Amino acid sequence: MNHFLLAALGLEDMWYAVPLVIVVSLVYAATRFEATGLILEHAVRTAGWIVAFMAVVFAVLLLVNWWL
Amino acid sequence: MPDTPEKQPSVEPLALKDPASAALLAFLIPGLGHLYQGRTAKAVLFFVCIMGTFVYGLYLGSGPEVGWGRVVYWSWQPSDKRLYYFCQVGVGLPAMPAIVQSIRARHGREPFGQFMAPPRIENDPNAAPGGITLSELNRQLGRYFELGTIYTAIAGLLNLLAVFDAWAGPFVPHPEQEKEDKEGTQDKKEEEEKEQKDETGP
Repeated sequence: MNHFLLAALGLEDMWYAVPLVIVVSLVYAATRFEATGLILEHAVRTAGWIVAFMAVVFAVLLLVNWWL
Repeated sequence: MPDTPEKQPSVEPLALKDPASAALLAFLIPGLGHLYQGRTAKAVLFFVCIMGTFVYGLYLGSGPEVGWGRVVYWSWQPSDKRLYYFCQVGVGLPAMPAIVQSIRARHGREPFGQFMAPPRIENDPNAAPGGITLSELNRQLGRYFELGTIYTAIAGLLNLLAVFDAWAGPFVPHPEQEKEDKEGTQDKKEEEEKEQKDETGP
């Protein structure tokens, strides 16, 4: 479903961001904690923040694109 | 029977062994420094994440006509200053073949295959014979040239975080260390207050 939505928007390349978000979150979390459980917990939170940040930037750019 | 103090779960402080050697090893191969320190889980995590990203980037920057791993190369020519390599080289030894290939190309010798070889400079009389030019490389790979470049550059930058972790341990201090630091600052404050009192007198 998501795939079709992205394809409709012409954003199939966004899939390439998924592995990067996972890897960056894991490595960043691993530099903050030593215990595996804490690393995973922090990685999930970091991934959420990254996705939320990207979504906000995407929405702002979309609005700017419509208005200008 | 005398009262025995309640046994606290012992938390061993993190042994970083020789931090400089660990950092060097972590730079050479992602995760190797942590393996040397006995932090196996982190070693596996760093190796899989960083090398996985790097190798996938190399794969994206490959093609049947251009060869393998064409997005990682070192070039400092007026028409092609490859600044991305400064990020990519953070991954250590896996990015080093690019330097060997670049030296060979600069001396007009043919590179060892096309792997990490710099693209041929157009109209350069000293360039090695054959090879693909940068514009041809971009045309053949299209958007995958950029994607592969970004993946490999991010892998290199992430390894710098891993190197720092091997050098100094995690950013969040160890509970024992934190306790010691707090006690240390508390003692210091008490000493300062005492000194001030002594100076001002009764």
